[in-house]
Parts: sequence; C-alpha cells; structure tokens
Amino acid sequence: MQFTIEVGRYNSEGIYADTAVPGRSFPPPWDKSPERRYQTYTVELPEHAVVLDALIAIREYQDPSLAVRCACRSAICGSCAMWINGHANLACKSKLAAFTNDGKTRVESPPSMPLIRDLVCDMTPFWEKHLAVKPWLENKEPIPPANEEYRVPNAAMDELIQEVSCISCSACLMDCESFAVNPDFLGPQALAQAYRYVGDPRDDKTKERLAELSKPGGIWDCTHCYECVTQCPKGVAPLDQILKLRKLAVDAGFTNNAGTRHADAFASSVKHSGRLNELTLLPLSTGIFNIIGQLKTLPSAFNMARAGKLPPLIHKAIPGVERIRKIFQRVGGRFK
Amino acid sequence: MIADHDILIMGAGLAGMRAALEAARAGANVAIVTKVHPIRSHSSAAQGGINAAISEDDTWESHAFDTVKGSDYLADQDAVEVMCREAPSDIIEFEHMGVIFYRNEEGKLGRRAFGGASLARTYFVGDITGQALLVTLYDQILKAGVKVYEEWFATALHMEDGACRGLIALEMVTGELHLLRSKAVIVASGGLGRLYEPSTNALICTGDGYSLAYRAGAPLMDMAMVQYHPTTLAGSGFLMTEAARGEGAYLLNSEGDRFMKKYAPNKMELAARDVTSRAEATEIAEGRGIDGNVLLDLRHLGRDVILKKLPQIHEMALDYLDIDMIEQPVPVRPGMHYQMGGIQTNVDGATKVPGIYAAGEVACVSVHGGNRLGANSLLDTIVFGRRSGKASAEYAKSVPQSGGGEDLLRREQARLTDLLSRPYTGETCAGLRLELATMMDAKVGLYRSDAGLKEALQALHGFRKRYENVAVGDKGRIFNQALTFVLELGFMLDCGETIIHDALHRTESRGAHTRVDHPERNDQEWLKHSLLTFRESGEPALSHVPVTLTRWKPEVRTY
Repeated sequence: MQFTIEVGRYNSEGIYADTAVPGRSFPPPWDKSPERRYQTYTVELPEHAVVLDALIAIREYQDPSLAVRCACRSAICGSCAMWINGHANLACKSKLAAFTNDGKTRVESPPSMPLIRDLVCDMTPFWEKHLAVKPWLENKEPIPPANEEYRVPNAAMDELIQEVSCISCSACLMDCESFAVNPDFLGPQALAQAYRYVGDPRDDKTKERLAELSKPGGIWDCTHCYECVTQCPKGVAPLDQILKLRKLAVDAGFTNNAGTRHADAFASSVKHSGRLNELTLLPLSTGIFNIIGQLKTLPSAFNMARAGKLPPLIHKAIPGVERIRKIFQRVGGRFK
Repeated sequence: MIADHDILIMGAGLAGMRAALEAARAGANVAIVTKVHPIRSHSSAAQGGINAAISEDDTWESHAFDTVKGSDYLADQDAVEVMCREAPSDIIEFEHMGVIFYRNEEGKLGRRAFGGASLARTYFVGDITGQALLVTLYDQILKAGVKVYEEWFATALHMEDGACRGLIALEMVTGELHLLRSKAVIVASGGLGRLYEPSTNALICTGDGYSLAYRAGAPLMDMAMVQYHPTTLAGSGFLMTEAARGEGAYLLNSEGDRFMKKYAPNKMELAARDVTSRAEATEIAEGRGIDGNVLLDLRHLGRDVILKKLPQIHEMALDYLDIDMIEQPVPVRPGMHYQMGGIQTNVDGATKVPGIYAAGEVACVSVHGGNRLGANSLLDTIVFGRRSGKASAEYAKSVPQSGGGEDLLRREQARLTDLLSRPYTGETCAGLRLELATMMDAKVGLYRSDAGLKEALQALHGFRKRYENVAVGDKGRIFNQALTFVLELGFMLDCGETIIHDALHRTESRGAHTRVDHPERNDQEWLKHSLLTFRESGEPALSHVPVTLTRWKPEVRTY
C-alpha cells in the first residue's frame, strides 16, 4: 500500500533548512518555529505498517539525512514519541492506516519540546522533572538483612505495576496543557513516578514527598485535561496517579495551598447551594486574607467583565439543595 | 573536549549501570558513555524474569547444574558456580532498591517456571522484568550522581603501552568528537542482533563493543554460539517471552499436536531454547507448520493470567498481528535472539588486555556456553556487572592517569572527515546491512554446514569490499545518524567474520551451533572454547582453551 508522509524537518546548520539557532534553550513552550519545513515522502508498505516503519524506510532508502530516534520498534524502549497528526504518540505503535488524514500522515517533533533536529527533540526538560521527584526508594526501617526481601502483599506490588510500566517516552508531557503554559509544572510522567514511590509500602519518605508535591508546580497545577491519559501508550494514566496523590496529600494534612483551597471552595459551594459560586471561588482559592494575591487577579476580572463573562452578583441556591447536602453526608469525608 | 575519569563504562544497560554503581561505591570517579539514553537500552526488552535459587526447596547447585546442562557443557563451571551462588543476594539487593517483584501468598518473592530448569526459580515483574530492573537501576544511578555522557557514540578505544586508557566518542547532539581518558574501560555495550535479519533485538544492538575490544587485542570467545529464541512473533520477529510457556502455554503444529512430546518428552515446551527452536524448525520443514510458523497457544491459561502476568506480549500480538491471544493462538517461529559468545573475561570481567573489562551480553565469562537458559541473561548482567565494577575500581587504584590520546583524537577526527567526504557510488548502508543480515540468518543461523559457512565467509569478504564504498548520506554535524550507522555496519562486519570463522572450524553440534554435516556433540575434540584474535592483515587467529569442569561431567543431554 502507498502511504504519504509529511515530515517536519529542522536542521540548525541550514543544510536541509535555512534556520538559525539549535533548540537547546528552554522555554519556548509551543514554539511555532517558522524554520520548520515539511517534506513529503511516499512509501510502499504493507497495510498494517506503523508510522515508524515508514520513517525507517525513508531513512534507509530515500533520505539518510532524516534524524529519528528509535530502537526496539515494539513500544518498549520509549524512543520514538513524536507528534503524529498533531498529537504525541509512539511512532512504532501508530498504524499508518489509522493515522492517514486527507491521504497523508503528518509527523513532526512536538512544539512543546526544544528541537535538536528533525524528529529529535531535546528531552532535558523531561528528565529534569523526572529527577526532581527523587524517583528512588528511601528504604523504610528496618531494612531486611541482605538475604531477605521486604515482606509485602502482592496486591501492593500489583498496585504499582501501572506506574512501573512507564517507558519514559514523554508523550504525556509533550501534550500536557499545563506544561504548555507553565514550564515549571512537574508534569504527568514525573508525578506518576512520584506516586510510584509514595504508593510503595517500602518507602519511608511518604510525608516529605507529599509535602514537596503540594508546592507550586506540583499535583495541584494539573488542569485535568486528560491529554496524558489519552496519549500514554502504556496505560499509565498519569492523571489517575495525580488524583491519588492529591487525596493522600490532603489526608496527610497538606491543605494550606491554593489547590486544596480551590477544591474545597468547589465542594463547599456545591454543598451550600447545589452549584458553583464563581464569584467567591477566586478569593477562596487564593486565600481570603491574601489581599495581594487577590489584587493580582483584578485585571482578569476587569477583562471578564468587559467580555460580559462575570457571574451574577447574587448567587442563588438551586431548588432541592437539601438533597445535595444529603449526598455530601452520605459520602462522608471532609465535607460531611 | 578532553575529560578524565577513573572508570569509563561503555553502555548503560543493566550490566553497565550495575558496574557504574559498584565502581562509584568503591570510590572511583565513574562515567558512563552511551549512544542512547540509559532507559532506551535493550535490557528493557527482557520480559520473563531472572533466575536464582532463593526458595528453600532449591539449591544453587541445582541452578548451576541446569545452567551447565543447558550450555551443553561448554560453560566454565567455576564461573557458573559464582553466578548461581551470588544470584540470590544480587536479586534481593534489587528488591531493596525498589523493584516490585511478584510476591507469593506469604509476601515473599514469588516465582514462575522457565525453560531448562529443574524447578521454578524465575523471579519476575509481570512480563516487563528487564524494564522494571532497568528503571530502578537508572534511578539509583541518578541518586548516586553518576556522570552519564548521553547519546555519545564510542568510535575507538584509547590504547597506551598495550593497555586501555579511555575512548574516543562522538557527541551526537553537537557532532563533536571528544577524548575521554580513564584508567580502565568496562565494555558493556550489549549484543549484535542487527547482524541477523530478522532478530528480536533492537536497532541499537550492533556489536560495537565486540569490535572495539577485538581490534584493541581482546580475544572473542565462542562467537559461533548464537541463540535462536523459539517464540518470536510471525512477521515482525518481536519477542514473545518464554514466560508464556512457563505459565503453561502450548506449542502446536498445523495438526494441533503438542509436538514437543517427540523432542522433549519430560520438559515438553520447557526444554532448553536450542532444543525447542530446532524442534519447531523440524516441524516447519516437514510440512507441519503454518506459513513458516508454529502456534503458541495460551487460551487455556485464561484471561486473568494473560492480562495480569503477560500483559505486554498480549498487547504486542494485538498491536502487530491483530491477534487477541485470549481467544486465538499466536503464530511464532524461531528467531535470532542472543549471542552467548563475546569478549573473553574472567569472573571479574577482566579481559586479556589490561584496562579492558567487559560485562553482560558482550562478554563471555563463560556462563552460557553453547546455549543460554531463559532468565539467566538478566542474572549475568547484574552479577558480572557488579563484579567488573568492583574489580576495575580496584585495578584503577594502581594505575596512573593517562596523559596522552590527542593523536588518536586527531586520527579519529580525520577518519570521520574522510568517511563524510566519501562520494556516493550507489552503495547504501541499509542495503548492505540487510544483505549481510539476511545472509547470516540463512547460512549462519539455526542450521549450518561446511559448504554454507564457506559461502558465508566468501560473501562476508565481498561485503567488506563493498563497505569501503558506502557513503554517508548526511553531511551535517548535528545528530548525524547516517554517520553512526556506517560505523555500526563496520562493527557488525567484524562480528560476522568471527562468528563464521568459529562456526566453520567447530566441526560438531553443540548447543545453539548445529552442523548438519556433524550432527553429534564431540567432547573428545571439542570440549573447548574457541578464541578469535584480531590480526591487522587477513583472517582472525583461532586458538583454543579448555573448558573448566568442576563437578559436572558431560552427559548426554535430554529434556
């Protein structure tokens, strides 16, 4: 079968494109680099071929100057995450037929990562975040003797296999909406790895980890866009792990942060009136006594008012709100 | 750039990183040089598990005997004893580092059956054991703060007065060539699967370390011993773990028959890999295959076992063949998987060349002899990775730091510049690699003969000539993979040549080496290792050393 591939090319030396600086600096997130060029190739491959088969065929027999990272070809090594038709995917796991739009497949390095060359991006931001969550076991005492394992139920290990299945391909970070506007956000992969250790019964630093993760850039900076869950090729579902961390952090008492206040403001408003009071949401999230923080939000408020997006000044409860309150009671927990 | 370290490690798979950790613990200034990020290393593809005699009903002697028998008595028994005795504590150490091993009802490490073993002694994490070990070890490297030269491609070893004192490496991102000096180099660069087509191996397994060490004077041992794995996926050739059969899967021929009863009536599907692969090839050759494959049937294991314990291969069969193994058997065939031979080392990873150590698949201690047992390769990497890290750090204490190497850096620079300026003559690197690898599979694969091997050797010489005309299809500096592919093809030619030579001279059948013209094992003449030593002109020099036997006399091998 014939497939048409449009490949985003970039070469800072200007040998295959006329561009300037190598993409070693970070940010820019969502770099819409004008130097990027798209080159079209046609390849003859079996019907069930994947995008990587096409890239390898191009590199081997049409254009040896095409740079692309790949190794295992079977979704184990994590090398070949890239943008395919505008979303991060593993090239080795994406069937060409399924990714053909208007007769072609567009492949490029994700604009969220600094570019090195062609389909090769600079993974430094990804690995820095990975390192930032201290992704190693801090052994719980007593450490068993050298010939003995920690005794833990299999269920506790099974619980972590989802996070251990992560192949560090970075597809989640490449498409993370929060990372796109805030380069300091730890991002889905690192937070999933943080849960891998928080959730490990053999780890001794659960509290310290949760305290660290509750800071800005941590678990509360995720906006629930679900891109990471959708893009992860290994079913790690990073957002699920982030939500588990939030619950553990709140349960452990790390509530003095905008994230928890924001969640609390949501819950108490719904409990109180059966719907969201958007007028109080912002001051409650920022902190009632955080005058400076609230003043900083004023420009946004003016803009919203100008655009006619301000919520009604008088907030009314919905009819039958008592039944909502009963639900809160039934569920229990912090808002009973 | 010139940088100095005590120990340089080439390769960041399990053997390399384990060596790095140990050398760092011993106080050495360590750096890893790796052509891909450590997490991309091929150790991550090891699926089924890792062997050790940990449980009370098991003994290290039993593990050692199974390994020796599996090797068709070509393994050095003293080395096997070291590996099997140290296996339990090395695995427990990984558990303490955080590997989420499967547990039994008591919460202790749980095990599964594997091929060629007299009882279940394979410890595992689903079917991603290699990956689980690799990420844990990588995180330990981060914790220890070991320097990693990431995406640096080694082009030559720096030799000084007959000893290895560093290496030259190409930094992919900048295209700059650097001199890294050290007191010792540990070669832990993995296997050579790209020399065969098809192969279960990743595209990065190109035999770099074998060739660099060989050209620096370190002999390669038992290179003829190339393992074909019995269950590689039809079409793509991807690995379907032996753990499938360990969990109870059947191998069926076109008549729906569990044919292994003819070849290994006691162990059935869990015979050693060489035996099982040959059995499949025989079935296929005698017309009882299905389009050149046999069937791996897991249906009776049930959904839960498949999804819980074998999720990765379930996903792979779905992704690449559209087959759901819960409902359908999977077509598989034998495929090139592992090189038992390699750089000759002692049990501390030391080679014949001062300053060169080796560990993992690239090394030959020899613990695998003629045929490696499943789940012994991960073990090999962590035991001998650790030992070579420790021994090299000790050795480094007695060696002064090298001051030279600039000449070599200039020579390598000139060599690469020449290579880049070679004109295109119609010969492509990929085309030549494919011809070479297809030839190796056909003539130096599961079955070999005198005539076939002679043809192979002649073909290889032809490829070498044509290699001189391969141009680099990319003239840039930044991330020039076209350049490194050409260098890799050169490494593969060296590996191919030593494999063919060894196979041609070993006129017997032992382990993975099956000569149709010499179908029997011949202990009288061939209970010995072959050593291949590089010669500047002409063929490699072939010599032999005896196999070390300690307590197990060679016996007839049946399963």
